[in-house]
Amino acid sequence: MNRLRDDLMLANVSRRHVLKGLAASGALVIAARWDWALADEEAAYGAEAMPHGWVDDPNVFIRIDEDGTVTVTNHRAEMGQGIRTSLVMVAADELGADWDRVRVDQAPGDEEKYGNQNTDGSRSMRHWFDPMRRAAAAARTMLEQAAAEQWEVPVSECRAGVHVVVHEPSGRESGFGELAAAASQRAVPERDSLSLKPREEWRYIGQETGPSQHAEGDEVERPLAIDGEDIVTGTAVYGADVHFDDMLYAVVARPPVYGATVASVDDSEAMGVPGVVRVVQIEGTGQPAAFEPLGGVAVVAENTWAAIQGRDALSIEWDNEPAGDNAAYDSESYREALEAAAESAGKVIRDEGDIETALADAETNLTATYYMPHMAQAPMEPPVAIVRLVDGKAEVWAPVQNPQATREGVAERLGLDFADVTVNVTLLGGGFGRKSKPDFVLEAASLTGEFDGRPVRVQWTREDDLHHAYFHAVSVDRLEAALDSEGRAQGWRHRTLSPSIGSLFAPDPEHKGDFELGMGFNTMPFDIPAIRLENPEASAHVRIGWFRSVYNLPHAYAIQSFAAEMAAQAGRDHRDYLLELLGPARRIDPREIDERWNYGENPERYPIDIGRMRAVIEKATEEAGWGRELPEGRGLGLAFHHSFASYTAVVLDVEVEDDGNLIVHNADMAFDCGPQVNPERIRAQLEGSCVMGIGIALHSEITASEGKIEQNNFHQFEIPRMPHAPRAMRVHLINDDPDVAMGGVGEPGLPPVAPALCNAVYAATGKRIRRLPIADQLAS
Amino acid sequence: MVTLTINGQEHELDVPDQMPLLWAIRDVVQLTGTKFGCGMSLCGACTVHLDGEAIRSCVTPVSQAEGKSVTTIEAMSDDEVGRRVQQAWLDLGVAQCGYCQGGQIMSATALLKEHETPDDEQIMDAMGGNLCRCGTYNRIRQAIHRAAEQGEDQA
Repeated sequence: MNRLRDDLMLANVSRRHVLKGLAASGALVIAARWDWALADEEAAYGAEAMPHGWVDDPNVFIRIDEDGTVTVTNHRAEMGQGIRTSLVMVAADELGADWDRVRVDQAPGDEEKYGNQNTDGSRSMRHWFDPMRRAAAAARTMLEQAAAEQWEVPVSECRAGVHVVVHEPSGRESGFGELAAAASQRAVPERDSLSLKPREEWRYIGQETGPSQHAEGDEVERPLAIDGEDIVTGTAVYGADVHFDDMLYAVVARPPVYGATVASVDDSEAMGVPGVVRVVQIEGTGQPAAFEPLGGVAVVAENTWAAIQGRDALSIEWDNEPAGDNAAYDSESYREALEAAAESAGKVIRDEGDIETALADAETNLTATYYMPHMAQAPMEPPVAIVRLVDGKAEVWAPVQNPQATREGVAERLGLDFADVTVNVTLLGGGFGRKSKPDFVLEAASLTGEFDGRPVRVQWTREDDLHHAYFHAVSVDRLEAALDSEGRAQGWRHRTLSPSIGSLFAPDPEHKGDFELGMGFNTMPFDIPAIRLENPEASAHVRIGWFRSVYNLPHAYAIQSFAAEMAAQAGRDHRDYLLELLGPARRIDPREIDERWNYGENPERYPIDIGRMRAVIEKATEEAGWGRELPEGRGLGLAFHHSFASYTAVVLDVEVEDDGNLIVHNADMAFDCGPQVNPERIRAQLEGSCVMGIGIALHSEITASEGKIEQNNFHQFEIPRMPHAPRAMRVHLINDDPDVAMGGVGEPGLPPVAPALCNAVYAATGKRIRRLPIADQLAS
Repeated sequence: MVTLTINGQEHELDVPDQMPLLWAIRDVVQLTGTKFGCGMSLCGACTVHLDGEAIRSCVTPVSQAEGKSVTTIEAMSDDEVGRRVQQAWLDLGVAQCGYCQGGQIMSATALLKEHETPDDEQIMDAMGGNLCRCGTYNRIRQAIHRAAEQGEDQA
């Protein structure tokens, strides 16, 4: 586990950076990059296990100019989670910087330099809190050393205050800017020698941000969100906002069926549309598609509107032969097939006790099958990318969650060295997993060589985004419980069936992989004597990909719904029954239950903590007034889930009106991610998760017929609007304990929302929702 | 040729009459605060003011905007109500990814010009056409109330 090795050499390579023109001389460029070799390491976890690992080199992340401006480089994608603010809070705090003199630079895709940049899996702060603190602590130490040398005093007497270093005995001060040049000449201190600020000295970490929390007379300095002003004034730059005067605009007609190709194209009418410049075919790579383009026909024009009109005027014959049985894919019959398959045993994932005996001896057997459909991530900013190829060098501007994969893909497609591909990461107008896959960038890369160095922007329309998402896997989950005469659970059998994301990269495995099962299926935490978990086969017929929280969604929906059904069957209060199912507070080593993934985290640092589950359930129910009397047609629903190393419980207070219309009056979410860097943004993520989860429950569904997606735009793929959001929403953050291993934030709030809503519907109406979305199921 | 007045400035544009105002604003005039989200008047990301009224620029042909005054998010800082709305957005940390927020602010500003102190129902009616995939609706509602209150304070 310990990455520190005696033979690691730190080098101050600021000279190299100056030579490369990355910084004016005089700027503090503390350059070092340790190239750790890990071959002999037994097991790597967390950031260490990620491609290109972590970097905590101050020179990579922190620059101080002579005027005192501190520039922190953020290398993670900003898609609304606030990482550009939160990571900078960490660096500024540890450095001792004054927030008003801190700027942020967005790193291009370059994992050799910055460490892992793949912004998904709720990992940014979990993996980068420590390296960023060390980088800033190293820079602070170098400033202190520079001051000591200048004043000819022991370094132990010099201490960084707020943007100054102070010689404590004399009270003498020197600003960071004044010390920057001298500090840049110093060697980067050894990692072991660094001392990190104790919690009581933190000024930004863990503090509320933004002016809203400024109480009158409040003297605590609180950082403002980095991009806030740009966003509200319309000047923030997203993918489609990058402009070049000679830019061309393209839209692409893609095969409606996954794996189909262009048989023939008649572009004569399209070429007649004013503004259309050329029609170009893009080669796809067939199945599995991975992150490659689907292929199709691009219409390239002088503006977006002309390109869209030109595409409408294309006449294309598609060849469905290469698509195989995808051309017959019908999501309704697929659901029926999975439900039938769920009646038979499948690959055994976890087997404890004797399930057959438990089921045979039960006083009551309970069985239920749950269905969650395909969904599209549908970020408000549809995929868009600009690529320019000049003199064998490609430059990309795009909203991508995974800039390194983008760089590798573009280099491969254009036959360039990595060094000749620059990926500039803009703000993302939402990601939710869609922009982890750079297929849309590779489309632009495919076109760019055709136009003599003119930049080409590929713009996806909303129809493109819904038809060609990397869809959330459809899922059927069948559960059976054996209850004894007291209603206690003696046996639990769960079969889960979903196409695997593995099908995107290799011949369809037809079974979920470890990382998919580990998302709330084999980590099922209940203390039941006989447990049998199975995963029968399911094949993929569309591109399946990550959607915020991924397989936690169907697993949590099924398990949390079924636990509520068991409680009702037993005639017990749902909360009390859940706590009983969980059993006493304890920590389970994931390896003991054959859980090999654990979100990539060390099972010793990140056990499955039953006590934390109990605590969020207790907190959410207490805050929601669990058990209170509600009017007819109104009910409270509870669900909890553990994912991405964090713990969430949700109580929703729901009214179902006579016409089936549903109003969420109150939402109480209790959340435990351990230490909280930016509590205000954590609450924002949880609020957003609540709204998205309500949409998953109510109306978000993608269907396919004859292999084609049936939803074209937001009138057919509905996502929540303001009236669907809870009338009141409260997020209760607990367990902000520095000794607890930090958990994720962006995703773990989402999985329990839909089951909490369905459980509330049951409390309000007595109707069980076993198939999502609810749509018109409540209209009677 | 189409002549458009955008944020008080006249632009002579060589575009077809039927080109949606959105693309004229974005691709031709190069004001990029107005966003493309759906192209069918379903999401509100493209909301601008046409003679003060909130409209969806993605389905409004440029010909319909001729002779009228088009106002985009870029001009909201100069608008007394608009700036108040922007400030309320900042005060409550409304934005997550921020992509839809320009359109939200345009709709909210138009609402506050029509109703100085809207209630929740009026807010939901006026804002129901603006989608936010990040789910910031509760803070949007609170921010509109806050902007309204601060307008009252100033009156």
